[in-house]
Amino acid sequence: MNAELMPYDEALERFDPALGLEVHVELNTASKMFCGCPTEFGAPPNTQTCPTCLGLPGSMPVVNRTAVESAMRIGLALNCEIAEWCRFARKNYFYPDMPKNFQTSQYDEPIAFNGWTDVVVEGPDGPQTVRVDIERAHMEEDTGKSLHVGGATGRIHGADYSLVDYNRAGIPLIEIVTKPILGTRELVPLVAKAYVAQLRDLLLGLGVSDVRMEQGSLRCDVNLSLAPRDVGSESDGAGRHALGTRTETKNVNSLRSVERAVRYEVQRHAAVLTSGRPILQETRHWHEDTGITTSGREKSDAEDYRYFPEPDLVPVAPDREWVERLRASLPEPPHERRARLQAAWGFTDLEMRDTVGAGALGLVEETIAAGASAQTARKWWLGELARRANETETDIAALGVTPADVARVQALVDEGAINDKLARQVFDGLVAGEGTPDEIIAARDLAIVSDEGALSAAVDEAIAANPDVADKIREGKVNAAGALIGAVMKQMRGQADAARVRELVLEKLT
Amino acid sequence: MTGGTSTTAAGLAEELAAGAVTSVEVTQRHLDRIAEVDDRLHSFLHVDAEGALEQAAASDARRANGEALSPLDGIPIAVKDVLATKGLPTTCGSRILEGWVPPYDATVVARLREAGLPILGKTNMDEFAMGSSTEHSAYGPTRNPWDLDRIPGGSGGGSAAAVAAYEAPLAIGTDTGGSIRQPAAVTGSVGVKPTYGGVSRYGLVSLANSLDQAGPVTRTVLDAALLHTVIGGHDPRDSTSIDAPLPDLVGATQRGAEGDLSGVRIGVVKELGGEGYQDGVLARFQESVDLMVAAGAELVEVSCPHFVHALATYYLILPAEASSNLARFDAMRYGLRVTPEGDPSAEDVMRATREAGFGDEVKRRIILGTYALSSGYYDAYYGKAQKVRTLITRDFQQAFEHADVLLSPTAPTTAFKLGEKVDDPLAMYLNDLATIPANLSGVPGISVPSGLADEDGLPAGVQILAPAMADDRVYLVGAALEAILLDKWGGPLLDQARGLDELDHRTGTTA
Repeated sequence: MNAELMPYDEALERFDPALGLEVHVELNTASKMFCGCPTEFGAPPNTQTCPTCLGLPGSMPVVNRTAVESAMRIGLALNCEIAEWCRFARKNYFYPDMPKNFQTSQYDEPIAFNGWTDVVVEGPDGPQTVRVDIERAHMEEDTGKSLHVGGATGRIHGADYSLVDYNRAGIPLIEIVTKPILGTRELVPLVAKAYVAQLRDLLLGLGVSDVRMEQGSLRCDVNLSLAPRDVGSESDGAGRHALGTRTETKNVNSLRSVERAVRYEVQRHAAVLTSGRPILQETRHWHEDTGITTSGREKSDAEDYRYFPEPDLVPVAPDREWVERLRASLPEPPHERRARLQAAWGFTDLEMRDTVGAGALGLVEETIAAGASAQTARKWWLGELARRANETETDIAALGVTPADVARVQALVDEGAINDKLARQVFDGLVAGEGTPDEIIAARDLAIVSDEGALSAAVDEAIAANPDVADKIREGKVNAAGALIGAVMKQMRGQADAARVRELVLEKLT
Repeated sequence: MTGGTSTTAAGLAEELAAGAVTSVEVTQRHLDRIAEVDDRLHSFLHVDAEGALEQAAASDARRANGEALSPLDGIPIAVKDVLATKGLPTTCGSRILEGWVPPYDATVVARLREAGLPILGKTNMDEFAMGSSTEHSAYGPTRNPWDLDRIPGGSGGGSAAAVAAYEAPLAIGTDTGGSIRQPAAVTGSVGVKPTYGGVSRYGLVSLANSLDQAGPVTRTVLDAALLHTVIGGHDPRDSTSIDAPLPDLVGATQRGAEGDLSGVRIGVVKELGGEGYQDGVLARFQESVDLMVAAGAELVEVSCPHFVHALATYYLILPAEASSNLARFDAMRYGLRVTPEGDPSAEDVMRATREAGFGDEVKRRIILGTYALSSGYYDAYYGKAQKVRTLITRDFQQAFEHADVLLSPTAPTTAFKLGEKVDDPLAMYLNDLATIPANLSGVPGISVPSGLADEDGLPAGVQILAPAMADDRVYLVGAALEAILLDKWGGPLLDQARGLDELDHRTGTTA
């Protein structure tokens, strides 16, 4: 065990964790937040830019109405109040990937505020509902993207030179900030993960974002602090808890990492505090590969963004009729959706919790919509693909396997074109990016051999090679057929229909 | 002669329409005039002779086909170097933008092109429009056509000098605290700051976004109305642009030019005059007021008590907005790049570039603005300034209950000598005492010549302010005063400009 970390259970005995999550969501609007440039992911660098998102002298922003609508829908889905009047502000700081050297963002007048959402986690005594209070959801623009070339780390330090791609500059972002989440004790990593998973499902349901964590369209910052139990468990009489100094771990960009980063910071904070040192208020970097956080820049009061209202924009004042129309058109809330889907799919409570816990609810739903049965969809996602995601430490949604792929694989199994064993090889191909299921089957030559002549010859060969077994079957010991079937399947590299092989064996020997 | 450089834009429009002259001839004459006098005046930072003549030829071709785009089609214009012009350098009078050629046109510039006006070039200005004398241009000062040892006002001294010296019949200026009106006053020309939001700011390199407004710089009120009509009106690219039709400015001007002010209530603002104002400026102002009353106007005295705080308010809001606007000049994407010795970081390059690329006045205001927005000071400075701004707007609203227009001298003094105030920022700031309140509350204003101050024989101006979106009123009253004074003088005030004689004498040409 790392000396800098305290065992998790011991940390929880001594401290109460307080969690806060800041999630940045890239909206999937066709154009940017303040100009008409397209927002397509992965276009050649600096091809989706104009005077405004490049911050050229004289250019001016115009608010994207669809982005405002998306922001309000997110706010409403999180049970927020929607501002009757709010403004954008300038957040001033210098950075090469920020074209104007200020970010146009909302500051003290967010479009949505005071909301909540309930998440369910598996506690020691069964499922437990935790209410996460939402402080605010506000609109802002993304920055450009720096690419540091040369040097060992790909970070700016030690790089030979840097390139900046402004395609991302001006993409609409919604930042969703929770209030401190208190009293979740040892469940805190699970709550963090469940909240982000729920947010992802909710955003997918709203259709406002692609929510692809691996592409950065949902980015999570984890705020964590510990308070000694003897203080932290007491409220101050007004229901407030004394909070410890927090750290902000930036860009934790998978569900699995959210859970791991929270757990890591709990253990690290506990070790630091127990040794008598203070926790520095700082930003920290999460390292997906090593599973640790390291110190970023110290965040002190010295950081002064000199916010002031953006004078190039007029206030956003959504009329109430618009708000109510959006409220009426919201998709069903997550808990109702879960209940409905569980009933429709006939899942047990455990199956449902596993599905939600793996972040696979939407994936299963889409797979069923693409034609698979509920149980087969669950089987592949939770049996096969969740295991692979764990093994490779990636998000299940980022494996490279789509719901349509899974439905197609199952359809091929149902047709008898492949069997489950071959299906796993198809998934290997999908994860490796080898193409569609049908292309992979063709390229890897995975189809079941249905040529009767070849099968018959293989069976004859197996009988000849195993005369003892053949005799037993002839004597009526039908169970012995398994050995011959196995031999045939082995010879056929698994690509035979086992039921048909059995029929042939029995035909020939009885 | 026809098509001469002393002909007004309205006059040129008639001659072009009558076929008495071509746009190529008119444009060439102005280019010739620039070539003759601009080495001494320095109104222009960039002259685009080739482009202007091409546009003029295209205009002549259109006119030959009966397809003139606007009344001003074919009449050349000069544009302040703070507006983005596609394919033409745009420096804002700063080293930091030296060599920058915008890939796009400001909306104002696009509208000039759509109306067929050939663009002669870009005019000199105080760096990023910070100043009242054009001495803060990184490319050297512009001189006043009335006296080449004096300043032409600022920040738009280049545009005002260009029209006053007959280098251009029309020019575009921008006015953040008086940068159109004060140069007009000290050069004996006409300048209009439209209602905030009345002319698009898209492509106008921001000094202070909530104060900036582009407008006409001309020799007559009618020319200003014609030009304002071309550049004004709603622009979806500017969120602060007013989505309403422009009033009939040309019609109001024509009515005003009849010289009858019966039923018009003119309010003299008590706080804009008296101490700090030059005697000759006040005398010409009083004379103008008397003439207007004689023409039927009803005189009322109004008080705007919060105007005394306008200068202080302005010098918090402007630097705050400017400090943020100017942050983008960091050598990363365009403009000057200074790379320090050794192995500099991006931040080192930014620092060295901004140190070398910005002049003292710009740095002064960046520091002021950064301070005013700092955590812990915001409420006391920027926040408080916004509150005073609201009070100034209320003062205007109350004043306009009693008066249709408000009057004051445009600037407290006539043109001062080059170098006289360049090292005394506070003295320089006082030039805009009377013009700043209009910017703080977004109301329109015009400066028209009021005559020459007795003590120095230099021109002074009268400022006429109207309520927001009532730009037609400043044209009506401005045209009336102009007509009355022309009668009194027996011709344009600029005919008396000594510096012009000097320029003409030395070059041997006549306007």
